[in-house]
Amino acid sequence: MSTSTDLTLAIEDLTVSFDGFKAVDSLNLYIDKNELHVVIGPNGAGKTTVLDLICGKTKASSGSIKFLNKELTELAEHEIVRAGVGRKFQTPSIYENLTVFENLEVSYPYGRTVIGSLFFKRNNEVVKKIHQIAKEIMLEDVLDTESALLSHGQKQWLEIGMLLIQDPQLLMLDEPVAGMSVKEREQTAELLKKISKGRSVLVIEHDMEFVEQIAQKVTVLHQGKILAAGQMDKVQKDPKVIEVYLGH
Amino acid sequence: MSFFYNKLIGGKEGLTGLILLALLILVVFPLTLDLFRLNLVGKYLTYAFPAVSLVLLWGYGGILSLGQGVFFGLGGYGMAMFLKLEASSPENTAIQSTPGIPDFMDWNQLTELPWFWEPFNSFAFTILAILIIPAAFAYIIGAAMFKRRVGGVYFAIITQVIAVILTILIVGQQGYTGGINGITDLRTLNGWDMTSDSAKYIFYFINCALLLCIVLLSRFILTSKFGSLLLAIRDKEDRVRFSGYDVSNFKIFIYCFAALISAIGGAMFTLQVGFMSPSFVGIVPSIEMVIFAAIGGRMSLIGAIYGTLLVNFGKTAFSETFPELWLFLMGGLFISVVMLFPNGLAGLWNDYKHHLTNRFAFITKRFKSQKTLTRPTNAESESLS
Amino acid sequence: MLGGYTYGELGSILAMQGFAGFSLFSVLLLMALGLAIIFGQMGVINMAHGEFMAAGAYTTYLIATLTEQYFPAFMPYYFVFAIVVAFFVAGALGYLAEFALIRHLYKRPLDTLLATWGLSLIMQQSYRSIFGAREVSPTLPEWLLGSYQPTDTIDIPLNGMFVLVLTAVVTFAVFYLMFKSRWGLRVRATTQNRVMSGAVGINTNKVDRYTFALGCGIAGIAGAAFTTIASTGPTTGTLYIVDTFMVVVFGGAASLFGTIASAFSIAQAQSILEFFISGSMAKVYTLVTLVLILMFKPEGLFASKVRR
Repeated sequence: MSTSTDLTLAIEDLTVSFDGFKAVDSLNLYIDKNELHVVIGPNGAGKTTVLDLICGKTKASSGSIKFLNKELTELAEHEIVRAGVGRKFQTPSIYENLTVFENLEVSYPYGRTVIGSLFFKRNNEVVKKIHQIAKEIMLEDVLDTESALLSHGQKQWLEIGMLLIQDPQLLMLDEPVAGMSVKEREQTAELLKKISKGRSVLVIEHDMEFVEQIAQKVTVLHQGKILAAGQMDKVQKDPKVIEVYLGH
Repeated sequence: MSFFYNKLIGGKEGLTGLILLALLILVVFPLTLDLFRLNLVGKYLTYAFPAVSLVLLWGYGGILSLGQGVFFGLGGYGMAMFLKLEASSPENTAIQSTPGIPDFMDWNQLTELPWFWEPFNSFAFTILAILIIPAAFAYIIGAAMFKRRVGGVYFAIITQVIAVILTILIVGQQGYTGGINGITDLRTLNGWDMTSDSAKYIFYFINCALLLCIVLLSRFILTSKFGSLLLAIRDKEDRVRFSGYDVSNFKIFIYCFAALISAIGGAMFTLQVGFMSPSFVGIVPSIEMVIFAAIGGRMSLIGAIYGTLLVNFGKTAFSETFPELWLFLMGGLFISVVMLFPNGLAGLWNDYKHHLTNRFAFITKRFKSQKTLTRPTNAESESLS
Repeated sequence: MLGGYTYGELGSILAMQGFAGFSLFSVLLLMALGLAIIFGQMGVINMAHGEFMAAGAYTTYLIATLTEQYFPAFMPYYFVFAIVVAFFVAGALGYLAEFALIRHLYKRPLDTLLATWGLSLIMQQSYRSIFGAREVSPTLPEWLLGSYQPTDTIDIPLNGMFVLVLTAVVTFAVFYLMFKSRWGLRVRATTQNRVMSGAVGINTNKVDRYTFALGCGIAGIAGAAFTTIASTGPTTGTLYIVDTFMVVVFGGAASLFGTIASAFSIAQAQSILEFFISGSMAKVYTLVTLVLILMFKPEGLFASKVRR
């Protein structure tokens, strides 16, 4: 098939089954450079599994995932990250015992080997980068706070910041606004628009209002297959989509 | 300079702790205890090596090894093999049917030295073997397990089985290992009488110095980015992995380092006590090492040393007077340290210290609270909305 | 290795060692069934499991001694009664242990390991204080002694056959209880989703307590069975605990079928090897093989693939 493209992500014919149950079934999904792509779908549609497959947490049964023309299905998790794919988990996954600053420092993409981490030095460049990211995720004032004390929304932002500091080419966010207040949602929407400049972003979301705020292109997943894809307003009027969301 | 002060010593607080410990083991004990008791303390301090290794491995890394006795034993046996060969010169063993080999080999009808004993004729090889073999063995186990993401409970059980295997092997192959009695009658090190008073003092101080060095080295590791990553791996392994780190390499490294420390402790044990036996290798000593670290505080390097001393003082005192009570007490210690004070002595000390600061330093407290209470504004807006 | 035996002799040896393997298999399986429930279903590492077995063994010894002294006429039948009592004594001890210790530690599996190790030390010392350090064995009823000789060279002890039948009965009972009864459904529901089980009205605390007690009770039966093939001392339990853990881990912690298969293969491998090489080396080879297999297949032999 396509050997060399300028797509950021090209998923082709991707299938995974657990004991015979196909959680993702011959999926094709393409993401352009600088695209903010949203995947929606009812519970059990296979959304999270798709992210698991891309970042290597789950191994595909068949099919290919090409990221900047590099095959990901054969790489280990950390190699996929180093290739430039960042993934945020559904529930905020941060190091609660460390401060915000330390959380970002641990995610800083230098000193990634054993020896490197032993002799890693907190120099000006590191500090500057951490402050810059903290400002972007609206946590500059709480850099020295233990991250367990942050609000739920701030924890979500911190995890996004921990990915941003690695400057990934593809950022994958699993339900980034779940459990956020209205104000935090708006701020997060702004944040997403800001960070999608210069990189591709793949978002999984339930909240249709939020999707309307951010989405350029939407893919609707149902039972491991694509039900509809395209511009948000068109997809919303698709009778099949309405059926899946409202029909039962 | 500030790097050394902040990182290695751990600032003012760390320095105080370190000086107090050094004073205790380098000055107070040698001045107040007779040589027999001091030698006993030296023996206890060799157990502190594996206890410290467990602070790194279990307290910070969340990896519970129930087989640190394996590495303690490998180090101890390495040293014992060298010393035994020195003690078994043809002149010393002229009455044996095969002179020149260790006595237990002769009793077991061996007529020549097994091949793997040969290199232990060299002191340099022995030192290298003590430093390398346990770490290499740990590397093999660690690579096999951590690369395949065997962790937690399974790792604990498998390390325990390895301890069992090694014990059975040592006991069963008595012609090669000295069996259940171990390797005994070790008297000289390169011709120098190990049982003399001066030798005992020197070994004691070398042991203390090594222990303090290892505490410093461990502090270096824990205060580096590696240390933060170790904690991060313990609490959120997946997040670390999906931040681009090969988690298994970090675990393997700390496991090997822990093995190395334990092995040094084992070698110092042999030098000070004059023998090595399988009873320092198996499940029971291995799990006792865990309790030393737990009593002292699984997150505190220095705490582990105090924990080791305390439990062993208690064991000696009790098993001399009420041997029956000791096992009850030991069992009770295991249970209470887990249920009542999971952070051990160090945790109790920290609580106590906070209690003191809260009571007396109300001025600084007021100052501090203003700083730490700057909670984010959106958090408040969230709770209002 | 075959040195000097005829095929007929080898056949008999295999049959007898194989049967010796069955006795080991029975004890290992009975121990492992209890542990598989506690570890596989609840995720608790019970290092005192061997001591619960010893509790069953000592109970049997006590009942045998009392019967011999006060109701000699009851001697032929006491053993069946002893099995039931051993189950309830060990179960009751397990119930207490869960109430006092384990329930506070469900979220810290490695800490349950340390706490139950402490418990095992206390139990061992209690046995030593009560029954003495010497090993004891109950006077067995006559129908358990003697052996069955199908040919001249094969000699199969009756006590081994009895233990095997007992094991089969217990195994079926456990299987029925866990997979066919309503109570087993609750246990499995609780393991899979504690919060949800609580929400649909299962008293999860009660389920935990009885599950733990059941596991310990089965260890008690293992203890009763154990008295027919060896004598009991304060440290008897520790001799079996590591092997039992290997059985459970090797079988795949949550699979009862795996537990049976793995107990069988470990016991058979060990006793057949024991005939050709020394007992300690047989054990070394068995354990090394297990560790190696587990390194390549950490989830055990019979674990199903699920999304994690």
